[in-house]
Amino acid sequence: MIAMTDRTETLKRTAIQIRRDIMDIAAHCGNGTIHVGPALSCTDIVTALYFDVMNVDPQNPLWEGRDRFVMSKGHAYPALYSALAERGYFPREELLTTRRINSRLQGHPALGKTPGVDMTSGSLGNGLSCGLGIAWALKLQKKNAHVFVLLGDGELQEGAVWEAAMSAPNHRIDNLTAIVDYNHLQSGGSVENINDLHPLADKWRSFGWKVFEIDGHDIDEITDRLRLAKTFYGRPVCIIAHTVKGKGISFTEHDNSWHSRTATQEEFEIAMKELDVQEEALGPVPLKGGVWDETV
Amino acid sequence: MRQFEMEKRTTRDAYGAAVFELAKEDPSIIAIGADTTHNIGLRDMTQAMPDRVIDVGIAEQNMMAVAAGLAATGMKVWGGSFAPFVSMRALEQFRTFIAYPHLNVKMCGGMGGLSGSWEGVTHQSTEDMAIMRTIPGTTVVYPADTASTRAIVRALDRFPGPAYLRLGKVPFRRIFDDSYVFVPGKANLLEDGSDLTLIGCGATLARCLQAKDLLAEKGISARVLDMSCIKPLDKDAVCAAADETGAIVTVEEGSVIGGLGGAVAETLVQYRPVPVKIVGVKDVFAETGEHEALMDKYGLSVADIVCAAQEVLAKKKG
Ligand SMILES: Cc1ncc(C[n+]2csc(CCOP(=O)(O)OP(=O)(O)O)c2C)c(N)n1
Ligand SMILES: [Mg+2]
Repeated sequence: MIAMTDRTETLKRTAIQIRRDIMDIAAHCGNGTIHVGPALSCTDIVTALYFDVMNVDPQNPLWEGRDRFVMSKGHAYPALYSALAERGYFPREELLTTRRINSRLQGHPALGKTPGVDMTSGSLGNGLSCGLGIAWALKLQKKNAHVFVLLGDGELQEGAVWEAAMSAPNHRIDNLTAIVDYNHLQSGGSVENINDLHPLADKWRSFGWKVFEIDGHDIDEITDRLRLAKTFYGRPVCIIAHTVKGKGISFTEHDNSWHSRTATQEEFEIAMKELDVQEEALGPVPLKGGVWDETV
Repeated sequence: MRQFEMEKRTTRDAYGAAVFELAKEDPSIIAIGADTTHNIGLRDMTQAMPDRVIDVGIAEQNMMAVAAGLAATGMKVWGGSFAPFVSMRALEQFRTFIAYPHLNVKMCGGMGGLSGSWEGVTHQSTEDMAIMRTIPGTTVVYPADTASTRAIVRALDRFPGPAYLRLGKVPFRRIFDDSYVFVPGKANLLEDGSDLTLIGCGATLARCLQAKDLLAEKGISARVLDMSCIKPLDKDAVCAAADETGAIVTVEEGSVIGGLGGAVAETLVQYRPVPVKIVGVKDVFAETGEHEALMDKYGLSVADIVCAAQEVLAKKKG
């Protein structure tokens, strides 16, 4: 077995915890349905961003020099809310108020309502333009900060995405990175059947973007490419992340009924067991200084 | 106060089922959606007649302009997506390419009003009725339940031209049965009364009837008008209500600016200036939450209606 670095392992543990939170939210937030599959699909990407790649300060969420994240596929909010809570933007206890009345955790990400949310989303197709605007402003303000925008593959059917895709390279906005969660499913079924994106990488390239294709669940590959994107000079980068909708829990993978629904208590418990097994497979939690703590 | 049973199906389901019924009889009918055909009740129709349901993908503006093209070429188009995306995202395509040439396109907006509930403000639409109402020649309807939705779809099928139907994401309270009659531009007098008139549409109608009961306990007699069709507005029914009851309360699941209340007030201020109170969402964005809890929180509780009724009554007497 290839030795894992501490960093990789910690990120993997974090992703497992985010998946736990997503199922917890899906099972315990009242009658409202929750977008489980869309969140699990991008959990590893969101983990890499908030726990490795992005320069942020949870104690000072409005710090002007921070990197920004626009979750353009806003319906993956459970992954975002969990990452923000894990990172310390707000107490973890609040996660179970997601989608409830009087909560800071709105049905889709809401700028100004939730600490750490950098842009409103939920209406698909607009996030790349919003991200472009943020990146543009950061350049004008001579701030060395980067903007990451996460898009769904179905979302790319929105024409507005391509308006932003055309203008960013033309204006040499290179502090902007688009990440496509390429899981081949949208709300009504298969992206290929509904409105195919093929050849996706060529489309972005022809619009002037530098394109990288990665395994969207390989945490090392994700962090490496996102870090590279951050320093890429002269034009924006598009990372096409090959993903599985519902990734990480056996019965949610590839099953689009998990696009939006509640989880039963039984489903929740099975999922927790599966995630426990995944965490145990990572071995004991390392202590600082490299000593294994067998008691955890 | 009477109680109304929660329906099992949504008005979205009823819409798709009614369109499917019509499509079986009329080969010129075509349905269209933007990764939303399953959200507007068209699953059965898609299975049975896949060629007659077009899914353009997540692309509402494309959907709207394609609908215009289909209608300009002799098809009767029934389509839709979620209310904010139909009434706002693709608004100009609707206005310029469907309404301006007065094409036969009926678009529905699911998740209308506060029924976008848990999805939050991005999916709710407290503005749609007001927006769509300003477009010339456009019929604007908000059915109260599934039985009335079916009747409305069938009636609109015989009424050429553009229409916007606001539908619910979640089930509503059952008020009507299959005997429901819908004539575009006509209100339905649900229950008569003499002291004032409550005018509602969609999910607020059940609450208007409940408010009537509470008012009756206070010795106040309220007329209740079903104004599911807010455009064309039944001006005769509004004026008659003013003449015969002398005070009006409108109740809408949307902004107090420009919707049902606006329409009724425009008529009254010009032809029958009587006291009016507009009950609705007070020019704020709502939030995430259960549909009826949001209606209660954002100014549409039965108590809010009763309170408004007492206010107009006081003005009328004063
Ligand atoms: C403008 C707009 N249209 C429609 C929707 C409804 N909707 C929510 S998620 C979704 C499917 C998104 O598919 P994809 O981008 O592939 O994301 P995934 O489900 O794979 O996470 C749709 C159509 C929306 N949120 N916004
Ligand atoms: Mg997808």
